[in-house]
Amino acid sequence: MADLKVQIIEALNLKHLKPEDIGDDQPLFVEGLGLDSIDALELIVLLQQKHNTKIANAQDGPTIFKSVRTMAQYIQDHKSS
Amino acid sequence: MNFISGYSRIHQGRLITPKETTVFAAADFHDFLEKAYDQLALAYPKFYKMDPLSRLGVLASEILLRETPVSNYLPDEVAVVLSNAEASLDTDLRYQATIATAPSPSLFVYTLANVSMGEICIRHGLKGENAFFVSPSFDPQWMSRYVDLIMMQDQVKACVAGWLNVLSDRYDVFLYLVEKQKRGLSEIHSAETLARLYQ
Amino acid sequence: MGAPVHVAGTGVISAIGNTTMECFAALKQHVSGIAPLTSLNSIHKGVLPVGEVKLSNEQLAENVGVDKTLNRTALLGIHAAKEAIAHAEFDIHRWRTGFISATTVGGMDKSEIFFPPFLVDPTQGKLRDVIYHGCGATTDLITAALGITGFTSTINTACSSSVNSIMLGARLIQHGILDVVVAGGTDALTVFTLNGFKSLMILDDNLCRPFDASRTGLNLGEGAGFVVLVSDKVLEEEYLESLAIVSGFANTNDAFHQTASSPDGRGSFAAMQQALTMADLLPSEIDYINLHGTGTQNNDLSEGTAIKRLFGDAYPALSSTKSMTGHTLGACGGIETVFSVLALQHQCVFPNLRFEQAIPEVGIIPQKKFESIAVRHAMSNSFGFGGNCSSIIFSQGR
Repeated sequence: MADLKVQIIEALNLKHLKPEDIGDDQPLFVEGLGLDSIDALELIVLLQQKHNTKIANAQDGPTIFKSVRTMAQYIQDHKSS
Repeated sequence: MNFISGYSRIHQGRLITPKETTVFAAADFHDFLEKAYDQLALAYPKFYKMDPLSRLGVLASEILLRETPVSNYLPDEVAVVLSNAEASLDTDLRYQATIATAPSPSLFVYTLANVSMGEICIRHGLKGENAFFVSPSFDPQWMSRYVDLIMMQDQVKACVAGWLNVLSDRYDVFLYLVEKQKRGLSEIHSAETLARLYQ
Repeated sequence: MGAPVHVAGTGVISAIGNTTMECFAALKQHVSGIAPLTSLNSIHKGVLPVGEVKLSNEQLAENVGVDKTLNRTALLGIHAAKEAIAHAEFDIHRWRTGFISATTVGGMDKSEIFFPPFLVDPTQGKLRDVIYHGCGATTDLITAALGITGFTSTINTACSSSVNSIMLGARLIQHGILDVVVAGGTDALTVFTLNGFKSLMILDDNLCRPFDASRTGLNLGEGAGFVVLVSDKVLEEEYLESLAIVSGFANTNDAFHQTASSPDGRGSFAAMQQALTMADLLPSEIDYINLHGTGTQNNDLSEGTAIKRLFGDAYPALSSTKSMTGHTLGACGGIETVFSVLALQHQCVFPNLRFEQAIPEVGIIPQKKFESIAVRHAMSNSFGFGGNCSSIIFSQGR
């Protein structure tokens, strides 16, 4: 999950944050890190590019991107080889 | 008759207002933007996600509206009229480069010059009329004429206007605030004044 | 509102027809022009539904007598603008005439052709394919083809661009700066915009369903729409028919997000309300709204919420003609202005195809069929990225 945090910070230009600032279960959107819909789309690209994991429907974003832990779980479950 | 209450200028590594000039010793353009952001203590993390055009717009509007706030007006009463030469070409090129692998949504949203105007409006809560014109260079004649024209409407009380241009590491910004009565700088809003302040 | 500004001619080209009358016939017969992509060199070819103009660049060029190597945005623009001028039936060059266009892609279609060979070998690629890349350069190509030598400008405020160009044209006439303005917008399909909208996940893989509860996105389209705006004086001295009067307009910023509209449609509400104020009309006096209605979750909910707030349950007949033309970006305001003028001229309203179930949050039921009704005032909405919201009202001509 530490690697994933580095990737998220890089992909979303969260320059004001360090990986350790993001809690494993901290909500990523709105009240948590304050990410928005464009960030969600960029995370979808990140999963595709770096983890070979596809999300076909943008509507699934909120559940998958709830926290770093749910993202990591999704990557593990859906990695296409 | 309308008046220019204040202005802000960003060029050659400097932030300039009628009251203050801040010079930055920055390694490059990117470094300059971040140093300026730190200096202004903006505490607006969204800044990091913006493209250079929006970053310049946010910085310039910040120093302009700190010296001459528009909080006395309703959001609908403040218009924004900007212009530049390269539109969003700076970001268009970076987005274009991502198409072959994975088109970047966060770059695509900035492939329109007027999105920088939207970012200024979001930052300062401005909800009046917007226009963005593209011309080869800053055109004081056209800009003063157009801003005077929209200021003729009763509901428009003030207008943030100017020039917001960037391509690669070449940037040039000149924003100013036009109002219906004298305040701050109190210069007459005319093509001549604009040409002089822009120099 | 200052001196009256009249619409004296219309020109349009879109997926549903190459002229105003062809488009009108298609609107009447519920014809959709949206089909799988055929023209672009893209991975989405043959799959993604789009609203393509059915003429090739060669055919467009031949119709209007210009060089077929011009970019498609310019060719579409020349086609529609020439039609509008011919329709107005007077010599525009006798007056102080301006041309205001809007486009979001400019000559990008040609740049996309130029760069792949050029990047492999810098001696390859035709330079004439890239020198008109900028939006303003496309306007210059159209202006040259029309022979207009007076004031010329280009506006790019995303999808509200061409309503803003018509607004600017009307203002220049109201303030006595110009007598005649040809105003509108044009955009061709490009790989750049197709992939961009795809990356935002707001393209529907099937036909779009504006204002329907099941909508999942928009279909892109291409085309151009222009009107000839004239002053009272020109109308009288040239014995022209006033097809419609530009009676009110407004532009606001939603100040919410780079691309998304605020959930309560604050910016669109303010634009519609201010346009009504300028026109000195009550909401109940509007007989038809040509919706922005892209078919995305976000736009339709936001626009619907604003309409419900402004018009209440007694909202007028309304429809998104994007269900037939696709979303033509910088051209949509011009195309839909022509459609709104047609509604006034022919006293009718146009269908919103594929509507089945209202969006539960707003419960608005759009016009399902072409219908003849009394239309005295028609409103057209266009909202763009960057929070740019425009609304314009046309009233029956004299």
